[in-house]
Amino acid sequence: MSEPVVETHELAVRFGGVLAVDHVNFTLRERELRCLIGPNGAGKSTFFKSIIGQIRGANFAGRVLIRGQDVSGWSTHQIVRLGIGIKTQVPSVMNGLTVAENLWLSARRTAGPEGADTVVEEILAELELGGIARRLVGELAHGQRQLVEIGTVLANKPWLVLLDEPAAGLTNVETERLIGIIKRINRDATLIVVDHDMHFVRALDSLITVFHQGAILIEGRAEKVLSDPNVREVYLGSRA
Amino acid sequence: MTGAAFGIGRIRWNWLVAAAILLAALPLVYETYTPTLLAIWALFALSLALMWGYAGILSFGHAAYFGLGAYAYAIASFNVGESTVPFLLAIIVPAIVAAIIGAMMFYGRISDVYLGVMTLVVTLILNRFMNATAGDAYRIGNARLGGFNGIPAFPTLNVPGDPNMQVYGTAYYFVVIVCLIGAYLICRWILASGFGRVLIGIRENELRMELLGYNVPAYKTAIFTVSGAMAGLSGCLFANWAEIVTPTVFSLGQTAEVLIWVIVGGLGTLVGPMIAAVVLGMLKLALGTQTLIDNSLILGAILILVVLLIPRGFAPTFAAWRRRLAQVQVHRRQARGTRRRRVALQEASQ
Amino acid sequence: MDYAAIVVLEILYMIAFLALISAGLAIVFGMMRVINLAHGEFVMVGGYATIAAAKAGINVYFAMLVISPIVVGVIGLVVERLIVRFLYGRMIDIMLATWGLGLLLTGIITLIFGNTPVSVPTPIPGYRVGHYQMGGYNLFVIAVAAVLIGSMWFALRYTRVGLVARGAMQGREVVSALGYNPSTIYMLTFTVGAALSGLAGGVMAPLTGLLPSIGGAYIAKAFITVITGGAAVIAGTLTTAAVFGTVDQIVSFASTPVLGEIAMLALALVLLRLMPQGVTGKFFRNST
Repeated sequence: MSEPVVETHELAVRFGGVLAVDHVNFTLRERELRCLIGPNGAGKSTFFKSIIGQIRGANFAGRVLIRGQDVSGWSTHQIVRLGIGIKTQVPSVMNGLTVAENLWLSARRTAGPEGADTVVEEILAELELGGIARRLVGELAHGQRQLVEIGTVLANKPWLVLLDEPAAGLTNVETERLIGIIKRINRDATLIVVDHDMHFVRALDSLITVFHQGAILIEGRAEKVLSDPNVREVYLGSRA
Repeated sequence: MTGAAFGIGRIRWNWLVAAAILLAALPLVYETYTPTLLAIWALFALSLALMWGYAGILSFGHAAYFGLGAYAYAIASFNVGESTVPFLLAIIVPAIVAAIIGAMMFYGRISDVYLGVMTLVVTLILNRFMNATAGDAYRIGNARLGGFNGIPAFPTLNVPGDPNMQVYGTAYYFVVIVCLIGAYLICRWILASGFGRVLIGIRENELRMELLGYNVPAYKTAIFTVSGAMAGLSGCLFANWAEIVTPTVFSLGQTAEVLIWVIVGGLGTLVGPMIAAVVLGMLKLALGTQTLIDNSLILGAILILVVLLIPRGFAPTFAAWRRRLAQVQVHRRQARGTRRRRVALQEASQ
Repeated sequence: MDYAAIVVLEILYMIAFLALISAGLAIVFGMMRVINLAHGEFVMVGGYATIAAAKAGINVYFAMLVISPIVVGVIGLVVERLIVRFLYGRMIDIMLATWGLGLLLTGIITLIFGNTPVSVPTPIPGYRVGHYQMGGYNLFVIAVAAVLIGSMWFALRYTRVGLVARGAMQGREVVSALGYNPSTIYMLTFTVGAALSGLAGGVMAPLTGLLPSIGGAYIAKAFITVITGGAAVIAGTLTTAAVFGTVDQIVSFASTPVLGEIAMLALALVLLRLMPQGVTGKFFRNST
């Protein structure tokens, strides 16, 4: 049994009167690939945000531990420096800069200004972005921008990668490619993927955690979870 | 990634040297009184251009640091016999204040509009305060603050170490030019460094930079401090030029002018705002001698037109035009090269 | 006892003053997220309109309550059509363009009226409170402010126009969904905001010697009152006007008017830092 790398203890996030995350106890182990799924408003994105330090202050209760380190209340950049790569729900890249420049800024922090160029070349090769390296990210198509963002996430060599809706807006071909990329990342790194797309989630063939109304409904391997009647009811509204 | 990247071209050393030579030769053909003032304004514009154009931080009260530099020099020079320490204080005091205010704002995640409001309020506080400090009760050491009359007749710059050797006239012009060129080189150096590139990244997408592990508030506070220090330097130089310091250095008008210089000259360039400061400065001085058209009117009209028609200012338009011209030249050179190679091949195969 | 009454009256006056000069800006900011940095100059032009009309023989009350709002309202309409409507959504650009507009208006007024102060006498005589002589006109200002804020609140809450206005505060789509053209609504909003600024300028005109540069004084205070107030137009502006007015006057009475003003500005800095969404971003969340 490998070490837990992410844990939450009684994590609760409240917005006004709504308990978006309801005392969640979550454990993720080294080198796992975990998918978080659940219908809209189930709390998965809020849960995601609270792990990465994007929710602060009075709304937040409970503890988040990363490799045993209590990071509750830490600011995002401090958490990231533990070696975590994060892709947000809405693509977050530097539109006014080129692909290579985006990657460089990411690589620089861990590889230093000298090593950054090499890392940029590696990522460009691995994600097949070489052809658009000098293009401004703002001019690229959505699928390419998602890929560039994943590139920036990988460029500082994280051991834990968190992806929020990486398949959003991608074509089938692009989604296949993404699945391949995720599996390759998983060879060395631990991953959490939040998404809606059931085909995508099935194809990843990972452990799944299902969120419902701010709490974990069920956890388990894909086939078991996706054929569970409770899960179907929560998604489809009936015991079909 | 070296040399030209992140939207910043390489330093064109020939242009810089040519400009330096022209500036150095100016006193031979013209007086130095006005050009000194214009150079001081260019330095002030440079300080905002760096922070706003490259780090994306728009301050609606940059005159605060200009004024602090001016007052710091005047007050210190009355209390210290010699001008070197006051000169340094004129840079350090604004820098410290900028660091404090900056940290307060950036660590509080204040940005955009609210940043504009807060920076405006800081300038207003300084303005109101200084305007009300008339009377003997308001003094720092030997220096009476003077209220809205300001502080006149303070000891101006002298050669370091020799309080009796005053630096004025043409010599002072050279001091200002050296400061200006030095500041410009510092800006270029910052922009070429990793620090500068991170700032540009922050301007483009703050959240993403944070998600990459950069301590964004720290970077912003740092550039705010540097910009404040530079503005303070220009304020100090202004004080020595004007030989009087009044609360108008903190005025909304002063802060509006520097904004206009940057936006007209080109947000995202360094040279554009400096040139705009000189051109608009000359315009203001020319208008100042007649009362038919008010300076505010012209400035206001210019600002409106620029925002509506050329939101990025003039310099990027020129830059784009030059780039297109350069591309045409490259194509011509390539075509010539291809023709020559073809001719050479034909000749070789005969 | 008399002294206490004086203090209370002065505080009320300051609150009324802040609310009055902020009303126009609050409407425009609250509904369209437009920060009109020419607001101070709108107030100034309103003042000049009243003074010019009064000097031409028109009844001063008519001048300040009817002529000034109309004059500045028309200016606002022209400005919206020619400048502001191209810049919606670009907050910083609007701030810059309206700052330029403010300079332009200052220049124009200087051209017409020159740089020496102009004034009209206050039409209401003073009265006595115990040992103290109070300006009677201040009571009029308080009354006007109260009526204005009251009617604005009533209109926003209970009329159809108010409903559309509150919808506009949520966004363009809501206005369209209600069946109105957002561009027209925005145009009207800006005009009304300008008219209110003109009204404020007209009402304040008898109290100060008017200079073209006086806009700067107004904009600062209006600005911080509105921005610190937050999204709710009435509740926000009223709350911050109350807080600032009280602090300003109390510090002024305890020391000097300048320190009172500085105290108010410093408080604004603190409030903005602690509550970046404005007071009504934190408290009174669902008020108008």
